[in-house]
Amino acid sequence: MTDSPQDDLIVADAPIEALADKGPTAPPRSKWKDVWDQFRKHKGAMTGAFFFLLITLGVLLGPFLWTLDAQKLDIRAKDMRPIYTALWSPDARVGWAHPLGSDQLGRDNLAQLIAGGRASMAVGWTAMLLSLAIGTGMGVSAGFFRKLDGPLMRLTDLFLSLPILPLLLVAVTLFRQPLRANFGPEGGMFILIVTIIGITSWMPTARIVRGDVLALKEREFVLAARSIGTRPFKIIWRHLLPNVLSPIMVSATLGLATAIITESALSFLGVGFPSDFPTWGKMLADAVARMEDFPERVVLPGIAISLTVLGVNYIGDGLRDALDPRIRGR
Amino acid sequence: MLTFAVRRLVLSIPTLLFISFVIFMLLQLAPGDPMSQVPLTVPPEVKEKMRQALGMGEPALVQYWKWLVQVFWTEPKIFIDWLTRDSTLLGWLPDTALYHDELRVISWQTRSPVMDIVLQRIPQTLWVVGLSYIVGILIALPIGVYSAYRQYSVFDQAGTFITMVGFSIPPFFTGPLLIVLFSVYLGWFPSIYDTTHVVNDWDSFTVQLRQMVMPVMVLALQTTAQLSRYMRASMLDNLGQDYVRTARAKGLSEAMVVMVHVLRNSMIPVVTVIALGVPAIFGGAIITENVFKVNGIGQLLLTALFANDLPMVMTLTFIFAFLIVLFNLIADVLYGLLDPRIRYD
Repeated sequence: MTDSPQDDLIVADAPIEALADKGPTAPPRSKWKDVWDQFRKHKGAMTGAFFFLLITLGVLLGPFLWTLDAQKLDIRAKDMRPIYTALWSPDARVGWAHPLGSDQLGRDNLAQLIAGGRASMAVGWTAMLLSLAIGTGMGVSAGFFRKLDGPLMRLTDLFLSLPILPLLLVAVTLFRQPLRANFGPEGGMFILIVTIIGITSWMPTARIVRGDVLALKEREFVLAARSIGTRPFKIIWRHLLPNVLSPIMVSATLGLATAIITESALSFLGVGFPSDFPTWGKMLADAVARMEDFPERVVLPGIAISLTVLGVNYIGDGLRDALDPRIRGR
Repeated sequence: MLTFAVRRLVLSIPTLLFISFVIFMLLQLAPGDPMSQVPLTVPPEVKEKMRQALGMGEPALVQYWKWLVQVFWTEPKIFIDWLTRDSTLLGWLPDTALYHDELRVISWQTRSPVMDIVLQRIPQTLWVVGLSYIVGILIALPIGVYSAYRQYSVFDQAGTFITMVGFSIPPFFTGPLLIVLFSVYLGWFPSIYDTTHVVNDWDSFTVQLRQMVMPVMVLALQTTAQLSRYMRASMLDNLGQDYVRTARAKGLSEAMVVMVHVLRNSMIPVVTVIALGVPAIFGGAIITENVFKVNGIGQLLLTALFANDLPMVMTLTFIFAFLIVLFNLIADVLYGLLDPRIRYD
């Protein structure tokens, strides 16, 4: 057996390799890449995100593809059935001009669904952002400034013990007229609904954020920041807010889902947007009276609401798992 | 524990006063006028007198004070009178006769005392919403326990999906959907809840049962979705604990371990969640009652709102707020009673 050069190498290299300072083998990964990888593993969250994106895109781009006006009355083409009804009842009134049928005033259902989705999504997103802003502001100030903690948390408890849906109904019926007079029927209603949902749904976010800030502000990096003379607002902006982003994102998804449902519920009870302005809840409410003959008018907006909310809730579920470092990487 | 309960009880009084004040001031801003339905031929000075008769001429603070007196002084007197006069429990006591025709909170719609109307509506709400809560709890707890015990199994996945769906589908969609399916196409259940129906024999009982099925199921779906998620999470927290391993190691049967050791500990947070949900029963499910035409409390609030009946709205909202505060307190006390590790002092 001859001494091969490789054998020599291994013998010579072994101790040196053990001593060698091993750098990380994989390239560095950011936190958000990890989060995304974990999120991608959650099948429900991915499906939910897919449907949510689909509906959002459809609602945003729909008016450019389906240019029919949602509020245009065409009484000759009223009470059309969706095109798929022709499959089982050949004598149903169907037509490609109205693929999802039309309502009792001849308004196109597809155009109404798109327009209604725009309204519901706009209300949902704005109300969610508003309630997040209030909740985060309250939570951070209560957690960071000790003097504010007591009063702000009492205020949160107070808001938590308010009966929300009755108060929503009260406020909407009370302030409808003045706001309509000032901002027009649609704009006024939009402002009213968004504000009311916003100021009645910030409490859970505030509580979670406060708890996290209370724990975070005792940590060393905040002490370090304070010791080099960082101002309180800079500390909050630069060191605390990025660290409480995860719970805020999770409560954002919950907030979006509840805001969409609340808006639809208000429309359903007849205190939402004006009657010629389509929203999903209003379409559903208007159709309930004749749902024996035209079940699709109840089912289509209902499915739209449910799919959106289901998608958002699943995204929230996936986000919660993905943002939890104890679960991530398993 | 007792000091904690007493302190919370005392603290809840200013809270309630403040809430009632906020609601009252909110309602003061209401643009509607109860005289708007009165014909135009009625001269303005008569209208002004009618307004005075409704108690609207006084400044807002005086009105608020009068409302407080009516709710916290006059109504309890009537209640005590009723207790000692007509109730079976305390009817043997001599009649207290505390009430001497003071003005009660009067509804602007019906001109009858608000409390009487509320008492008429409460049974319907309690039957439908209360029963749905119980049904929801009875379905949710086993689902939560089993899906936590077999985590990631098919049952767990399906259970999670169903609770997610129950979470996401609003009652104003499930309600009409069930009506189309079961009353229109199948004809099994009536679509409208008939509150005048009297149960006096087996047949009328089955009729009552059939008309309750749909509203109860719609509401129970929501309760089930929320509670089973809590139950599952709580069970999962406890199943990984050391005491579970100890219990298994000392040879207890699996049923004993899960149903006694783990379940009892997992029930602590779930019981408080159940307690926190009780005010919603009395609040009535506004939407579901509206869909199935149950004339309960929620429907009463809705009609009062649309009719601009401010005393009714005020009193009802305050009753809801009172119940929420009360059950928050009960939940906190229950938590301390059930879990000896919690110390409030």
